[in-house]
Amino acid sequence: MSAEVTTDGTEMSEDEVTLLHGCPLVDSRGQQVLFVSRDRYLEVLRLLTDEGFAMCVDLTAVDYSRFMTRELPDGVTAERFEVVVNLLDISARRRLRIRVQVPENDPSVPSLFDLHPGTEAMEREVFDMFGIAFSDHPDPSRILMPEDWIGHPLRKDYETGSIPVQFKGAPS
Amino acid sequence: MIANEGAQEMRPRSELSARELFREVGAVLRMSEAEASALGDLPEDPEDDQTMVINMGPQHPSTHGVLRLMLELQGETVLRCKPIIGYLHTGMEKTAEQLTFMQGGTNVTRMDYLSPLNNELVFSLATEKLLGIDGDIPERAVWMRMLLSELNRMSSHLLFMATNGMDLGAVSMMIYGWREREEVLRFFQKVTGLRMNHNFIRPGGLAADLPAGWRDDVLRLLAMLPDRFEEYDVLMTGQPIWRERLQGVGVITPTEALALGATGPILRSTGVEWDLRRDMPYLHYDEVEFDVVVGTYGDAFDRYAIRLNEIRESMRIVRQILDRMPSGDYRIQDKKVTPPPRARIDESMEALIHHFKIFTEGFRVPEGEVYVGIESPRGEIGCYIASDGSPTPYRMHMRAPSFVNIQCLPHMMRGGLVADAVAVISSVDPVLGEVDR
Repeated sequence: MSAEVTTDGTEMSEDEVTLLHGCPLVDSRGQQVLFVSRDRYLEVLRLLTDEGFAMCVDLTAVDYSRFMTRELPDGVTAERFEVVVNLLDISARRRLRIRVQVPENDPSVPSLFDLHPGTEAMEREVFDMFGIAFSDHPDPSRILMPEDWIGHPLRKDYETGSIPVQFKGAPS
Repeated sequence: MIANEGAQEMRPRSELSARELFREVGAVLRMSEAEASALGDLPEDPEDDQTMVINMGPQHPSTHGVLRLMLELQGETVLRCKPIIGYLHTGMEKTAEQLTFMQGGTNVTRMDYLSPLNNELVFSLATEKLLGIDGDIPERAVWMRMLLSELNRMSSHLLFMATNGMDLGAVSMMIYGWREREEVLRFFQKVTGLRMNHNFIRPGGLAADLPAGWRDDVLRLLAMLPDRFEEYDVLMTGQPIWRERLQGVGVITPTEALALGATGPILRSTGVEWDLRRDMPYLHYDEVEFDVVVGTYGDAFDRYAIRLNEIRESMRIVRQILDRMPSGDYRIQDKKVTPPPRARIDESMEALIHHFKIFTEGFRVPEGEVYVGIESPRGEIGCYIASDGSPTPYRMHMRAPSFVNIQCLPHMMRGGLVADAVAVISSVDPVLGEVDR
């Protein structure tokens, strides 16, 4: 967040920005959010696991193609997709949210499977719903939609209504 | 027609990489990759191959809906297991993007249909956090939310008692469990008008105040249940057959449970004391006294015993809520999110316009994103909402505990008997409406 200069000349920053493992850490409504670049995703997650964030509670994604003007800290370029990971540290009772920018032309992220086996189903769901590939995932298949389904439903350009009904095994 | 899910199904060992087998035998944490690949060296010649793959579900009565399992068996022993889901997928997260924050409750309440009030609660808490009014909810509303949430935990666990009994052959238990649950649902019907899918907890508070005589109804419920639990103990807890059937079945270790992201009774059965009500308190759970029930062995019996005792703890919380229920408003008087009272609409044009705007357009929620997690009967239910400043969520994601917990099935089943598979599914207590959303 860039510091804003108010009318009376004092500097006022909207959100406190600190760095954790070289990534901007933002306090958003009392919740800790860490913006990690895709290249350093695995590395930072590994460091965080060693620091006590041993449990990956949730992994999901957002398609921001209709809301590219969202607020991001300095140095983070807005991309179409965002993968959001919620980590939990049970012993210290704290949460941390990771947001990773994923470009439209190469929607892929390294898989967290080796670090947190519990992300297996969640990553399959994100692949199914958003078409974001997770490299090194042991079972990169769809999970909720039929295997031969065309399209990724939670993408913003997947319109609701007047979707041709896809019957399995029907001649196309 | 035989269901065919292509690549989503369990494939023969000969086609698997060591890494995938590694996952499918449910041994991500215990085995080295070399050991796992050695498992793949079962005879591939069909003449010698003593294993077979059988399909269980999606229409099997003990799969709690439409869960489908593919089991690789050697004799009666389960070697591998793969859950296949998606048969109940209705795109509720996509639907949530079409509904305003006001209407969102009707959608989320249908996900985990056995604890609808917890779903509404987490959605409302997330919306309130985005609106910045999470600290201004009136006291009565907070205590009412706690009351409903705990009663819902009781009704959900009572249903578990019923289905768990039914799955294991204690058929009379099925009737008893449904009977007790119905008493709780009768109270819900009196309060909310509906037995399920209430849409009663809403952003800003609740839909209505508690009806006259609610306290007597709750007291009657609390007086009735302890005797019934004595019956359960005679019928099940102390029974040698029941114990034989559950003890040592579907064992999972704390390390595995944490790595797999399991929460709720599954995590607590391994001895990990983790309950969001106590460890990351929301509402006023830090002001009531209750114990977090934990197990020791991580088996199906521990999970049964934890749920039975959690009902007792919930009753303890409900008693304290009855003592402390304050008077006051049941919803926030913030013009932004609360429609004006009915009487005002007759006399004030502004109130009419305001009422109309809230119900047609909805209220606008500031830009931002937020994650809120609470303890549902099945584990941590989380709501992640990203808002772009419009009256509908830009993206709403539910972290469904059953969806994550179901990943424990291959671990719990490996090496067990096929007859125990039903006991294991039952002890995980998945709600498929929430798994598939």
